Amino acid sequence: MTASAEMNGLDRRAAVRQLLQHRDAGATETGPGLVITGLGSATWDVAAAGDRDETFYLWGAMGGAVAMGLGLALARPEKAVAVITGDGEALMGMGALATAARHAPDNLTIAVLDNGLYGETGMQSSAASGTVDLVALAQSCGIVDACSLEDEAALESFSKRVFDGAGLKFARIAISEAMPERVLPMRDGVLLKARFRSALDL
Amino acid sequence: MDSADHGWQRDIHHVFKQRAVRQVAYVPDAGHAGLIRACESDPEITASVLTTEEEGIALLSGAWLGGQAGALLMQSSGVGNCINMLSLAATCRFPLLMLVTMRGEWGEFNPWQITMGQAVPDILSRAGVDVYRADKAEDVGETVAGAAGIAFDGERMVAVLLGQRLIGAKRWTSDGEESE
Repeated sequence: MTASAEMNGLDRRAAVRQLLQHRDAGATETGPGLVITGLGSATWDVAAAGDRDETFYLWGAMGGAVAMGLGLALARPEKAVAVITGDGEALMGMGALATAARHAPDNLTIAVLDNGLYGETGMQSSAASGTVDLVALAQSCGIVDACSLEDEAALESFSKRVFDGAGLKFARIAISEAMPERVLPMRDGVLLKARFRSALDL
Repeated sequence: MDSADHGWQRDIHHVFKQRAVRQVAYVPDAGHAGLIRACESDPEITASVLTTEEEGIALLSGAWLGGQAGALLMQSSGVGNCINMLSLAATCRFPLLMLVTMRGEWGEFNPWQITMGQAVPDILSRAGVDVYRADKAEDVGETVAGAAGIAFDGERMVAVLLGQRLIGAKRWTSDGEESE
């Protein structure tokens, strides 16, 4: 990887921090926001932004993040849900974009961190690198509010909408190839489930 | 026979009501058609048609995270699509109630259904799913109720195989479809 490649695109850690900045109680009427992460780097990025009981980290189940966020959003229409995942994970479950669009829950935001690479497995190129246009894909699945975020100003503006509960949204975030150090959250799935449900008084 | 006429499908819907099932996810099968219609027209149930079966495991895990019980309907051919996603329910002990209409096991005219149909019980068991089955209409409601108890109260993955004899063997001819 060259220095110039690293310069091309947003810093993933900073981008995720920015995206999640309005998730806590009091920031929105629906808060605190609920977060589902796609396995791998997206999970480390969300953990690095600060652990919360209302975050469910996937450590496996590749391709399941969007569908899981959808099931949660349908179950809790009064809470806002954000799915934070990567391009490889989203491509494996791309049918879930169509499933989500059929329901179009107002309280679901899907954010895909796109470096066009499978970062955890040796930086192999994904189909999002050059061929698949993720925004056009989301739109063709029926997600009308879909955009590509390529600078901090666009991220800042979008971050105010992530947990607003005002319509199904999709954002592709152009991140650089840089792979920051892993920040590992807890990986006990039963504990993650129990603390999340407890935070919802279940 | 129209599948909507099957009383056992109404029995399954009755179990859904008893167990407060609020989300039903499915890839359609003719054997589930009547139950799908009942769920789609039930104002207390959110029904989701999936693009592939494993989506349903993630969807229903999300539903449980938010406090709702669910059920996943599929044909036996869809079981193979689920395998890795079962690790989500297994690892986190998300309840999973799967209702599988069987093909390829009795009077099957289509050889392409047989490989998966014959392998379903072993594959599910090896993946950690408790497997029950019903071959008679009068057993369906009780079997699904028992399975729902194991799934929701025991936080386990459970499948009920609905035998092909129950649904009726299917023969397609160039003139159309015949059921026995």
